[in-house]
Amino acid sequence: MNETVFAPWDDPDAVPLIKIENVIKRFGDFTAIDDVSIDIFPREFFALLGPSGCGKTTLMRMLAGFESPSQGRISLDGADMAGVAPNQRPVNMMFQSYALFPHLSVWDNIAFGLRRDGLDRDRVAARVDEMLKLVQLERFARRKPHQISGGQRQRVALARSLAKAPKLLLLDEPLGALDKKLRQETQFELMDIQERTGTTFVIVTHDQEEAMTVASRVAVMDAGQLVQVDTPQRIYEQPNSVYVADFIGDVNLIEGRVTKGGDDVELGWGDNDARLFGPAGGHLAEGDAATFAIRPEKIAISREKPEAKNRVQGKILDIGYLGNLSTYHVEMPDGTVVKCEVGNRSRVSRRDFTWDDEVWLSWSDTAGLVLPS
Amino acid sequence: MRRALPVATGGGSAPAPPGYFDQEEGGDRVKRVFTAVPYVWLLVLFLVPFGIVLKISVSDYAISIPPYAPTLDLAGGWSAIREYFAALDFENYVFLTEDDLYWKAYLSSLKIAFVSTVLTLIVGYPIAYGMARAPEAWRPALMMLVILPFWTSFLIRVYAWIGILANEGFLNQVLVGLGVVDSPLAIINTPVAVYIGIVYTYLPFMILPIYASLDRMDPSLLEAAEDLGCSRTTAFWKITVPLSRPGVIAGCFLVFIPAVGEVVIPYLLGGSDTLMIGKVLWEEFFSNRDWPVASAVATILLLILIIPIVLFQRHQQAQREAGQ
Repeated sequence: MNETVFAPWDDPDAVPLIKIENVIKRFGDFTAIDDVSIDIFPREFFALLGPSGCGKTTLMRMLAGFESPSQGRISLDGADMAGVAPNQRPVNMMFQSYALFPHLSVWDNIAFGLRRDGLDRDRVAARVDEMLKLVQLERFARRKPHQISGGQRQRVALARSLAKAPKLLLLDEPLGALDKKLRQETQFELMDIQERTGTTFVIVTHDQEEAMTVASRVAVMDAGQLVQVDTPQRIYEQPNSVYVADFIGDVNLIEGRVTKGGDDVELGWGDNDARLFGPAGGHLAEGDAATFAIRPEKIAISREKPEAKNRVQGKILDIGYLGNLSTYHVEMPDGTVVKCEVGNRSRVSRRDFTWDDEVWLSWSDTAGLVLPS
Repeated sequence: MRRALPVATGGGSAPAPPGYFDQEEGGDRVKRVFTAVPYVWLLVLFLVPFGIVLKISVSDYAISIPPYAPTLDLAGGWSAIREYFAALDFENYVFLTEDDLYWKAYLSSLKIAFVSTVLTLIVGYPIAYGMARAPEAWRPALMMLVILPFWTSFLIRVYAWIGILANEGFLNQVLVGLGVVDSPLAIINTPVAVYIGIVYTYLPFMILPIYASLDRMDPSLLEAAEDLGCSRTTAFWKITVPLSRPGVIAGCFLVFIPAVGEVVIPYLLGGSDTLMIGKVLWEEFFSNRDWPVASAVATILLLILIIPIVLFQRHQQAQREAGQ
C-alpha cells in the first residue's frame, strides 16, 4: 500500500490550526520576538528549538495567552486570539516545573480542569480514569505529587494537560528534569500519546536531539527570529545557514572562497589551493566567502589515497572511543581540525589508526553543503 | 566497654594511636552534654519556676514575707516536713470556682484572643500576600518594615496608642477636624482599643509565617490553574489559600496563645471595662498581694493554654514531616 506521508505543510490546500502572522513582542527596549510567522497544522508535533533566550518560551507563552503580542496576529482554528484570556483558550500547557498542585492528589490534579468546566461527577471520573490509563498511573491515583517519582510527575502533568482534550497542547521543556535514559524512553511515549490522541503538540526545547526525535517539523530560532522551519531530516541534511548546521548535531565547518558558483560549488580553501566540491545551500557566486559544512559521520578515513571527489590529508590529533563509534580529530596542514566518525561495526577489530598517523579523509561531492558565510 | 590499652609509642606501626578509644568515648560524652543542654535549660527556667508557682497555689495567704504559708523548714526534721505537706490544699482552686469573676475573665480572655486572632488574620493576610507579590528587590525592605517595630520597646509602643486613641488623641482630632464625626469617639478604655492594640502588636507574628508559605509557592501553579480554566479569583481560592494554610495556622497560634494571657494591652488600653485574665492575675499579685490565688489563676491559665500549644506543636511537626 502506498500510504500518504503526513506532510500538510507541503499541501497548499491544508488549513493551518495556528497561524502566527508577523508577530513582534517587545519587553521595554528588548525585542524578544522579531517578526515571526509560522503555520502549524492539525495533528502536527511541532518543535520550537533554540538556545536559552532565543524567544521560544515567549512565543509559547503567547500561544497560551500569558503574554500578548506587541504587534501581529495569532489565530487558532480561524479565530483571532487577541484579548482571549488563558482560561478561555482551547489550549493547555504542560509546564517545565510540571506545576502540579501539591495539596491535591494525582487524581484531583487531573480532574482540576474538568471540574472547572462544570462537568458532572461521573464524566469527570470517567475522563480522569481514561487519562490515568493513558499514562499508566492508575495505581498512583491517590498519591500526592511529592509521593511519586520525577518521571511519574511528568506523566501526571501530561495527563492533566490532556484531560480537557485541548486543540493544542503546549509543552515547555517537558523532559528537561528527567535523566537521560528516562528522557529517551519518554520521548517515544510522548510521540505515541500524541499519535493516539491526535492532539496538535507544540514543544519548546533547547535539546536538539529531543526536537529531532519527537517533532514532525522543527523551527530553529535565534535571537527572536526564525532561522529555519523544516522537517528534522531537512534541518539536518539541508540546513539553510551555518547557524542551523552548527546548532543541530556535529558538523565540520571549513571556511573558504567560492572559485566556481552555481548549483554545484567549487570552494577553494587552505594555503595550497585545495578544492572542495558540494551542492550550494544558498545563492553563491565566484569570489563569495563561504563555509563548507560536512557531518563527521559522512567522512571516510583511510591510509591510502582514496578515489573520491573530496579528499584531504592530515594527521590524527585525537581519537575518541565512544563504544558505538570512534571519533578521529584530524589536523590539516593549515591547522584546521576535521572531525570524522566511524561506526564500530564489529566487536573485535584491530585499531587501524593511531595518533600522529598521516591519513586521508574523503567524502562524495553530495555529502556536504556549501553555505554562505 | 573497651578500655584503651597502653600502647608503646614510637614503636613503628602501632595498631591504634594511643588514646584512640578514649577519644571516641570523649566524643560521645560531648554529644551527650550537648543534648542535655536544652533539657537542663527547660528544667531550670521552666519546670522549677512552675513547680514553685504550683506550690504557692496550694499554700495559704499569710501576712508575712513571703506572703504565703507554710514555708518548708528543713531544720525541723521529718515531722516538720510532714506538717508542711499536711498544710497544702486546693482551697484556692475551689475559690476560683466560687467567685464568678475568674471564669468570666477566662472566657472573656479566650473570646478577646479569638476575635483578635481573626482580625489579625484579616489584616495580616493581604499584607503578606502583597509582600509575596512585590518585586523581588522590594521584599527585604518590606520585611524590614514589618520587623522594625520590634526595635522599640513594646511598652512604649502601647503607650503611644493611648496618645492616638484617647478622646483628645490624634485619631479623634483628625476625624473631628475632617468632619467625619461630630464628637470624639470613645475608643480608649473599651474592648475596641484592646483589639486594636493586640492586632497592632501581634501583626508581625501573623504576617511572617503567611509570607513564608506564600513566598515558597511556585508562581507557575497559578498560571497552571488559569490554563486549566480558572479565573484569577478561583485560582486564589483553589490554589493560593490552601497552599498558605500552614502559614495561616502557624500565624493564628502565634497570635492566639500569647493574646490569651496578655496583660499590658488590656491594662493600658482596655480600662476597667475590659476583663482579661492577665489583668486579673496582675491585680491578684500586685494589688491584693494574694500570691496563692494568683498562682492558682496562673496554673489554670497554663492548663488552658496547653491545649492550643500541643495542637500547634503537632501542626508544626506534621508540616516538618510533609516537607521532607
